[in-house]
Amino acid sequence: MIKIKWFKGQWLHITFGKTLLLIVMLALVCFTALPLIYVVVTAFKPLDELNLYPPRFTVKNPTGKNFSDLVISLGSSAVPFTRYAFNSVVITVTIVVLTVLVSSLAAYSLVKFKPKGGNLIFNLILVALMFSPHVTKIPSYMVVNGLNLINTYWAMILPSIAVAYNCFLMKQFIEQYPDELIEAARIDGAGELKIFWKMVMPALAPAWSTLIVFSFVNNWNDYFSPLIYITSQAMKTLPLALQTIAGGAAGMTVQRAGAMSAATLLMTLPTVVIFTVMQGKVMETMAYSGIKG
Amino acid sequence: MTNEQTILNPALAGTRMERFKRFIRKNWVGYAFLAPFVILFTIFIVLPVVTAIGLSFTDYNMMQKPHFVGVNNYKLLFLDDKVFITSIANTVKFALITGPLGYLLSFFAAWVINQLKFKRFFALAFYAPSITSSVAMSTVWMIAFSGDRYGYINDFLLNHGIIDEPILWNTDPTYIMTVVMIIQLWMSMGTGFLVFLAGLQNVDRAMYEAGSIDGVRNKFQELFYITLPAMKPQLLFGAINSITGAFGVFEIAVNVAGMPSPNYAAHTIVAHLYDYAFIRFQMGYASAVAVVLFLITFILGRIVMKALSSKDE
Repeated sequence: MIKIKWFKGQWLHITFGKTLLLIVMLALVCFTALPLIYVVVTAFKPLDELNLYPPRFTVKNPTGKNFSDLVISLGSSAVPFTRYAFNSVVITVTIVVLTVLVSSLAAYSLVKFKPKGGNLIFNLILVALMFSPHVTKIPSYMVVNGLNLINTYWAMILPSIAVAYNCFLMKQFIEQYPDELIEAARIDGAGELKIFWKMVMPALAPAWSTLIVFSFVNNWNDYFSPLIYITSQAMKTLPLALQTIAGGAAGMTVQRAGAMSAATLLMTLPTVVIFTVMQGKVMETMAYSGIKG
Repeated sequence: MTNEQTILNPALAGTRMERFKRFIRKNWVGYAFLAPFVILFTIFIVLPVVTAIGLSFTDYNMMQKPHFVGVNNYKLLFLDDKVFITSIANTVKFALITGPLGYLLSFFAAWVINQLKFKRFFALAFYAPSITSSVAMSTVWMIAFSGDRYGYINDFLLNHGIIDEPILWNTDPTYIMTVVMIIQLWMSMGTGFLVFLAGLQNVDRAMYEAGSIDGVRNKFQELFYITLPAMKPQLLFGAINSITGAFGVFEIAVNVAGMPSPNYAAHTIVAHLYDYAFIRFQMGYASAVAVVLFLITFILGRIVMKALSSKDE
């Protein structure tokens, strides 16, 4: 242990373990943050700095050209970048709203009404947590195809509403809500929908804030669904558009990095903003998402 | 049924029809609230799993009716389809390394952050990669791993004399999977990490005080004897999350190495599923792949559930 004289005559204790820990943590932060910082920096790099050899991490003369290029270069093709963004926003927002409502209603019913068969449904939900969503894609595709929904927003929306995890999370949380409050409201003559909407939902704000974040992030970044449900260029969402901009991994060169980084930055911003705004609420909720097993 | 019982339990009174009506009147709200979820869940989760199992025993191309072929698809998969065996090997190797490593890393980071100042900042710094688009970020990572001298990693290795010529990170089959794993690990501190962090904050302080009286001497003993047992539900949730995540690897692999990847070096189970289902439209065969994936994740899920169950406590 090393002792260093700190200000106001206090001693700063630096142990070997603490120092090691600090170094490890800083290394990890570098590992997680550097690629993101790189995206931000590269998005503002002019062409001559992108071409620099040896490559330089920082930017000297930041420019907004990559962003305008992005809009223009995709604008010259049939589908403008804004259209992809619009598709993504419509699909993601609709899914988020619907999944929060549908999952909360179902979880509320499972916990407070205890309908016959509710246990079976909850067990199915637990099982569904345990396999990757790709397993269901083939028959889901057949359903969507059979309903003639390929290349529509509904193809992206409908299969993503009833997510096992969302209902599971809400159920864990609603269990904490006291029955007495509901009973009292019933005696006062409040309707069931009103009780749910005016009493239960406001009290569950941390839970559904978390759902909003997770559901937004997952669907915003969803790559597999548009890959199978969407073939028309005009209906594609941002993840597929980004793949087009990158021109496939093999074609990825430093020259394209500018446009790619600008697009990535634009695409990542909404998720980071939503998470940062909701972070406090999210942390409150997450402790409830354990599984008793 | 005696009269006495009827009086004690009104639900048993009346004809079957009356009882049914009364049951509906009393319970319809609950069922109405449950209905939208259950309908969609059945159509898009429950039935698909059952259908996939059924289809896996058929030959089906979506044009003609499926016809039953018994276990033929599975025989083909395991005995004749070398690419599938490669995909399993790749996926298992990937899952065995990134699954546990990502899980431990998430827990370690959460555990350390929980004892630091600026929790919120650190939480965001670690969580941020997992909320980015893996399509976008695998391409960004490819700038660092670029196969020419412009790539940061090649540049670094060349300058320090570790290599003599640039490594073709995403086309040389030797390196592809390593690159995919690094990117996955980078993104792995997601939901599991947040659950751990929140779980740690909720462990009862009194238990630590009791522990120190009972002779817990250092942070590591505290971790093993108090924190970990108290966090079993969160640990279980995180474990199941990393299993499904690790075995579902696809996006990063495709965006790093393309599809099909050179020498199938980054071919995963989901890539195989995608190939047969949505490029060749051999739905029966692809369903067999889906069933194998389902069984692997489900069995592993059951095992960790047994290991980390806290129901009896």
